[in-house]
Amino acid sequence: MEKPNYNTDIVRSFINWGIIWGLVAILVGVIVSLQMVEPALNFPPYLTFGRLRPLHTNAGIYGWAVGTTFALFLYMVQRLCKTRLWSDKLARFQLWFFNATIITAAITLLLGYTTSKEYHELEWPVDIMVVILWVAFAINIIMTIIKRREEQMYISLWYMMASIVGVAILYIVDGAEVPVSLFKSYSAYAGTNDANVHWWFGHNAVAMVLTAPPLAMFYYVLPKSTGVPIYSHRMSIIAFWSLIFMYLWTGAHHLLWTPVPDWIQTLAMAFSVMLIAPSWGSVFNGYLSMRGQWHQMRENYLVKFLIIGITFYGLQTLQGPMQAIRSFSAFIHYTDWVPAHIHMGTMGWVSMIAFASIYYLVPRVYGRELYSVPLANLHFWLILIGQLIWTISLWIAGVLQAGMWTATNSDGSLAYSFMETMVEMYPYWWARVFGGIIFLIGVLVFIYNLVMTTRRGEISPASERAAVEGRA
Amino acid sequence: MWERKPVLLLVLATAAIMVGTIVTMILPFAWVNTDADRIATVTPYNPLEQEGRDIYIREGCNNCHTQTIRPLVTEVLRYGDYSKSGEFVYDRPFLWGSKRTGPDLARIGGKYPDAWHYKHMESPRAMVPRSNMPDYGWLKNNLLDPQSIRHKMDVLGFPYKQAEIDALKGKNEMDAIVAYLQKLGTGIPWRKTAETLVVGELHNPYQDDLTVLDAGKALYMQHCAACHGEKLQGEIGPELTDLDMPDADLYQILFNGFPEDGMPPFSAIGSDRLWKMVNFLKNEAKH
Repeated sequence: MEKPNYNTDIVRSFINWGIIWGLVAILVGVIVSLQMVEPALNFPPYLTFGRLRPLHTNAGIYGWAVGTTFALFLYMVQRLCKTRLWSDKLARFQLWFFNATIITAAITLLLGYTTSKEYHELEWPVDIMVVILWVAFAINIIMTIIKRREEQMYISLWYMMASIVGVAILYIVDGAEVPVSLFKSYSAYAGTNDANVHWWFGHNAVAMVLTAPPLAMFYYVLPKSTGVPIYSHRMSIIAFWSLIFMYLWTGAHHLLWTPVPDWIQTLAMAFSVMLIAPSWGSVFNGYLSMRGQWHQMRENYLVKFLIIGITFYGLQTLQGPMQAIRSFSAFIHYTDWVPAHIHMGTMGWVSMIAFASIYYLVPRVYGRELYSVPLANLHFWLILIGQLIWTISLWIAGVLQAGMWTATNSDGSLAYSFMETMVEMYPYWWARVFGGIIFLIGVLVFIYNLVMTTRRGEISPASERAAVEGRA
Repeated sequence: MWERKPVLLLVLATAAIMVGTIVTMILPFAWVNTDADRIATVTPYNPLEQEGRDIYIREGCNNCHTQTIRPLVTEVLRYGDYSKSGEFVYDRPFLWGSKRTGPDLARIGGKYPDAWHYKHMESPRAMVPRSNMPDYGWLKNNLLDPQSIRHKMDVLGFPYKQAEIDALKGKNEMDAIVAYLQKLGTGIPWRKTAETLVVGELHNPYQDDLTVLDAGKALYMQHCAACHGEKLQGEIGPELTDLDMPDADLYQILFNGFPEDGMPPFSAIGSDRLWKMVNFLKNEAKH
């Protein structure tokens, strides 16, 4: 079959912008971690912790994760469908509108325009921009799939489509609000209802933005990197359908012990525990795909990122359900354990897979060999060590904090005042700063390696490139 | 079959997503924030409080402070009565938060006098040593805009009087956020009902025991000095140099506080420590 003329320019652009916003997210992350230990580093009104923290999360989720998702999806959809994108113009529009949206988001958050809903802080005009962006993206992907030249739709395409509809539903429902001025609105829901709707969004955004897309990438990049197909197609089917069915029941596990009705909390707890199965379905599928290929962990830097990434996914999806159990939640919720859990997911799972996917893409869309594999290995170790310091220190901090909060004297009075528990956190918060800086250095090595690849990397032989690309 | 039909896959995926959504997110609207949840004493925010709430949102206070107290022993001891659904019916959006870098604020209203909040917002470390909260004294420089606040009240459908709007003139953002903090958790008369009566004869186990004075002083510095001064000279609270009363009465005051004057109860720190503070205070007052 004649090789289709794929659109690689758009993939290059999204890689660049995804990385730029990722760098912003990590830099702001290091700054807010410093603000927690040194309050004098807050510069009101624009640069206080309260305003920078949402900027950190938004840049991370919507700039870095979604930016990389766009790059990967636009690349994968063309290969998996053996056809060029449905519309190049729409893709170009998507790129510029993506950056316009992220820039608007960053500026408005610094100005204090926020709805205060975690991971959905953007005020209504920016919400509308996000919706337009998502519609443009969705149309292009779905139309490309519809006019594909490959009968079967590979696993990655299922996850892509599920995340497209999932994000659309979640974002619109949670974003419903009544505007009072250009940048101020009140939620359409009140109190307990608002909380329940919001955490239905908050948890499932993790599914549809930070789980399904990296899984789509993993299922594509892993077999491409190892040269061996995914272990079980049937296992992928079961894991896929049970994941997208079960995830949506679990949002209220963020609201255990709150005034949300008990039966919702119980359902959320039960489904969270059951969710281990589909999550680990993908983990095992990944591990079993490595049968006879484990030596590649040593020889192939891509495999290292992918397998450690999916391992963090496995740990994350064991820890998550554990935290969703009432007794454990009573102890650990609201402590520093929570950011530790989140960052194992974002730094360990999402970013590892994103780094691997970008390493896979760049040589292909630029037609050049990676500049330096040793640097890629250095990058791997820096982000792994940085992430481990970050999360382990905050796990310890969280357990210590929870222990102090719940400690009582023999007469039933509280053993510690709140401030006595807070000052104990400082050493761990310093450790977080340190871990964050190591992670940041790792990312700078990554960026340097990619820049050198595009400038000085050896040009891949055209025939070899075609052979790689021809494999579906 | 669905692996070959993208439209079918989209329909099936949407259906799979909607099942859990309907059960756990849409159905609850039939039971939550209905009349069964209502609490008669919970009232909407007045214009000043609502504006304070919007400032609280703008500054992202919810990133560090939660506003839900769970029905767990130590939380109720630390913060007060646990949160009820009916207390939040006027909250758009909810502000329950997810992380306690600072303490929960669900029942902060009425715990301290206004003066404490002004000083604390201006310089948190002056009141709470080693706090990592940023300074918010700059809120005083921003005057409120009565017209935009009136518009917000109209959109929310909250009742207000023209006098309340007029009174906003000349007020600043600090006034608003303090008013909001003082409103929090006051929708139910929980302080009254939660008050524990100390029954039986109170006897100071450390009567004339000078060895606990250091411990008493440390406790005073931690819990009382911000309001009553390091040398008991008073500032936000009254000076304490004249405490001519039986030990048992002083214990009662520390135990229950004076909620109407903004002195919080210290029952949660335990009787042993309260008696040590009594000893310290009585001893200092003598000099």
